[in-house]
Amino acid sequence: MVKSGTIILNTAARLLMPLQLLFSVFLLLRGHDEPGGGFIAGLVAAGAFTLYLFAFGVSATKEVLRMLDPRDLIGMGLLLGMISVVPAWFVGDPFLTAQWWTIPGIGFKASTPLIFDIGVYLAVLGSVLTMVMTLMEVDKDEP
Amino acid sequence: MQLAVLSGFVVAGFAPLFHRWFGDRASFVLAAYPAALALWFLSQLPAVMAGETLVFAMQWVPSLGMSLTFVIDGLSLLFALLVTGIGSLVLVYAGGYLKGHPDLMRFHLAILAFMVSMLGLVLADSLFTLFVFWELTSITSYLLIGFNHNDLEARKSARQGLFVTVAGGLALMAGLTMLGVAGESWSLRELNAMGDVLREHSLYTALLVCVLIGAFTKSAQFPFHFWLPNAMAAPTPVSAYLHSATMVKAGIYLLARLQPSLGGTEMWTVTLSVVGALTMFTGAFLAIRHTNIKKLLAYSTIMALGTLTMLLGIGTEGAMIAFVTFLLAHALYKGSLFMVAGVLDHETGTKDVTAMGGLRHTMPLTAAVACIAALSLAGVPPLFGFIGKELMFESVLEVSAWRWLIMLLAFSATALTIVVAAIVALRPFFGQRRETPRVAHEAPTSMLIGPAVLAILSLLFGLVPVLAGSGLLAAAASAVAGTSVEVKLSLWHGVNLPLLMSLASLALGYLLFKRWDRIRARLACLDPLLSRGPEAGYDALMDGVVVISEWQTRVLQNGYMRNYIMVMIVTLIALVGNSLLLRHAPQFHIALDVQFHEAVVVGIMVMAALFATIARSRLGAVVSVGIMGFSIALIFILFSAPDLAITQLLVETLTVILLVLVLFRLPRFSSLSTPLERVRDVVVAGSLGTLITLLVLTSWSIDQFVPISDYMIANSATLAHGRNIVNVILVDYRALDTLGEIFVLALAAIGVFAMLKLRAPEKPKNSAPAKENADG
Amino acid sequence: MEPVMAIAIGLLYSAAIFLMLRRSIVKLVIGLMLLTNAANLLIFTSAGMTRGAPPLIPEGMLAPEGVVADPLPQAVVLTAIVIAFGVLAFAVVLIRRAYEIVKADDLDKMKDTDT
Repeated sequence: MVKSGTIILNTAARLLMPLQLLFSVFLLLRGHDEPGGGFIAGLVAAGAFTLYLFAFGVSATKEVLRMLDPRDLIGMGLLLGMISVVPAWFVGDPFLTAQWWTIPGIGFKASTPLIFDIGVYLAVLGSVLTMVMTLMEVDKDEP
Repeated sequence: MQLAVLSGFVVAGFAPLFHRWFGDRASFVLAAYPAALALWFLSQLPAVMAGETLVFAMQWVPSLGMSLTFVIDGLSLLFALLVTGIGSLVLVYAGGYLKGHPDLMRFHLAILAFMVSMLGLVLADSLFTLFVFWELTSITSYLLIGFNHNDLEARKSARQGLFVTVAGGLALMAGLTMLGVAGESWSLRELNAMGDVLREHSLYTALLVCVLIGAFTKSAQFPFHFWLPNAMAAPTPVSAYLHSATMVKAGIYLLARLQPSLGGTEMWTVTLSVVGALTMFTGAFLAIRHTNIKKLLAYSTIMALGTLTMLLGIGTEGAMIAFVTFLLAHALYKGSLFMVAGVLDHETGTKDVTAMGGLRHTMPLTAAVACIAALSLAGVPPLFGFIGKELMFESVLEVSAWRWLIMLLAFSATALTIVVAAIVALRPFFGQRRETPRVAHEAPTSMLIGPAVLAILSLLFGLVPVLAGSGLLAAAASAVAGTSVEVKLSLWHGVNLPLLMSLASLALGYLLFKRWDRIRARLACLDPLLSRGPEAGYDALMDGVVVISEWQTRVLQNGYMRNYIMVMIVTLIALVGNSLLLRHAPQFHIALDVQFHEAVVVGIMVMAALFATIARSRLGAVVSVGIMGFSIALIFILFSAPDLAITQLLVETLTVILLVLVLFRLPRFSSLSTPLERVRDVVVAGSLGTLITLLVLTSWSIDQFVPISDYMIANSATLAHGRNIVNVILVDYRALDTLGEIFVLALAAIGVFAMLKLRAPEKPKNSAPAKENADG
Repeated sequence: MEPVMAIAIGLLYSAAIFLMLRRSIVKLVIGLMLLTNAANLLIFTSAGMTRGAPPLIPEGMLAPEGVVADPLPQAVVLTAIVIAFGVLAFAVVLIRRAYEIVKADDLDKMKDTDT
């Protein structure tokens, strides 16, 4: 049902996808202070891939994703979410208590909420991509 | 200590592995675990005898005040020794009894798990822990009764035992909760120190009733006694262990444990002594109607449990001594007799005592063990059972309320018990030799060790009562009484009323035994009456449950989706509407402060939603839902929620993609309902909408709680280092919720994948939907 | 603003329930979408509505100036929107599979579990 798009769509997708992905990472990282965050960034990234899907089809998108199956992204996201629970134990706080570290040199503030937010990002991206890609694949199989 | 006990669950889990390593001998290896525990408990004996209470403190869920603290005092130690000691003997016995049984490892698993649960139950100090272990014993008992799961009768009995004890467990939970609330403590030690407060508390009657129901169901007291004889469907080692020596005494243990905190009131005394005496008589009376040796013993166990309850009810110092003595005596002889019954069943292939006879020539050792144990059951000197019975009569004579009734019941029950003892010991082993389904020969050693050890202990404690009396029993009786109690047991008390009663009951018992066959025939005419007993009530209740659930399934779960929705909505309207309109008079004080552009956005949103309901095509409906979604995003922008607006916009976009991919493979819109149905639906939907509107308006007008978000706003930058408060809530304050939510999302995605990709392979490809054209 | 929103939410709920009571499965899906949006709005407005004061703390400050919108319902609704999408996708695919097997868009014909 969904066929590979027109030249305009193809060009737009090729140009827009890297920008969208970059923008999603930007949204993710600034999310703690400005509007943004894991959910929104994940949706933006999913949107980027979906656009690419519509322009070039499932197999091309899979090539872009290389070895990464969207389902692996879900697993990685959930795993990161769970990992962010752990550091608090070492300090003796109740689990999920946020921990903050400043990486020396660049002055970047790393934290368990950031790890957690990346986990949310990957889980949302993986979930939405899994749904859309599966539907498109089935669509392709069935005329 | 906690680890030593709880590691039993681990041992139980590894039972199948032991089985692979040691084959049928796994029983003997596993028996080492309870034996080691028993030795450890024995080593604690001197300290406990000196009047110490050993406390092994351990926290479990400190924020809820739940502890895993174990306490060893005289009563716990007595029970712990019974559980572990008899436990190891039973395991050895089971190694012989169930030899070569394909499910032997399942048996080991369940019985070890039971043993640990029972041990936890008698050692627990916290009411929570006690209750958890209490329920665990019910569940493991269920597994063990239903061990022969191919047998319909066994399954039914297992279910019955489970329902009765778990129903009692529910009552017990309520009772223990009230107890904890009344005493403002969850520790049994603390509660036992404040008996006076508890007995005066306004909750006392209610909590006592609940606790008693729990204890009575567990310990098979009248009128809940019927499940215990049915539980004899279990393999004999289980009957010997759970249904005579340990689990059924859990209720008795609980009553004894609570005696210092709840006992002593008139309600306690009268209920316990009368119910106990009734149970005693019922058990003994129903016993002699049976010829099945296990049923005989089961009913006589009921009689013993009744005796114990009665003694707790009497509550004098003498009664406490009688209680612990009788408890120990009963565990010894009844465990032994059950194992003998198992030997008989195993070797002869029948459980019917009238079908056996003259076995003493082929099974001399078994016969000797059976005789010793039965003499103890009958209460013949010089066995330990005699001392227990004497003390019991002494206590009965001290009763003040309902004295004659209790005396009469106790006396006749004792006489009937003597009949039971005589039947069990004499019928199979003496008299004429009879043909049995299997050719009888002496039992293997593993099956004789258990009963023999217990029988010899009965004899030993009878001959030298100081062994048991001065130390362990004194400590146990002190723990039950709540004060220090001296115990001096002796065989000979001089000629007094209890001795005369013993002699009279012996004589009466002997006479009854001589005429047993005739009496049993006479009693058969009571059958119709007895079949209307409490068990019939239980059956009627169960049938009723089935009838009601069938009815409600037919009416409520009739398979029509919209009926489900309708029922839910109408219930919601009725319940919420009722409390909203009748309980809180609606009062709104909200200023109408609308700006023009906001009104337009809201208007578009509502119009779009309403258009979706009347749209004639799928495309129309999808477009209007889209318009509605974007209007909502605008509302989010207008009312200070930038994060929400972005999310809503993105999701709306993805939703359109989703619908393009799926919805247009679905059928077109069609009108399936009649105009009348539509009018009905409009009315229902309209009233729900009105209700929601009123609800929202009311909720704005009432400020019930201080909003927790003030804390979040104030601390977001300082504590959580984030300036976007919404995001800080998501990833920090409420991160656990978010974690759950991404899991939900992941599950939905995996569900979609599974539904589309993982299909049954044999399905041909024709399940693809018909080709869909553009929508009208 | 609140009374207007209350009435609007009520209307959204009515529309959603009316659609969900239809026998056509596609209408059920549309009703589900309306219902999730209505519920989100309900939660969003439950703490009152504030104009032009997003729950953000300006750079270099420790607390927002003056009153800001309640962030808690916003956080709740944010996850709800994303989850609603997941659930909708699940429901839609479920219905699609059911339709492929039963070949009927009438929910009344789907009442037997063993087709």
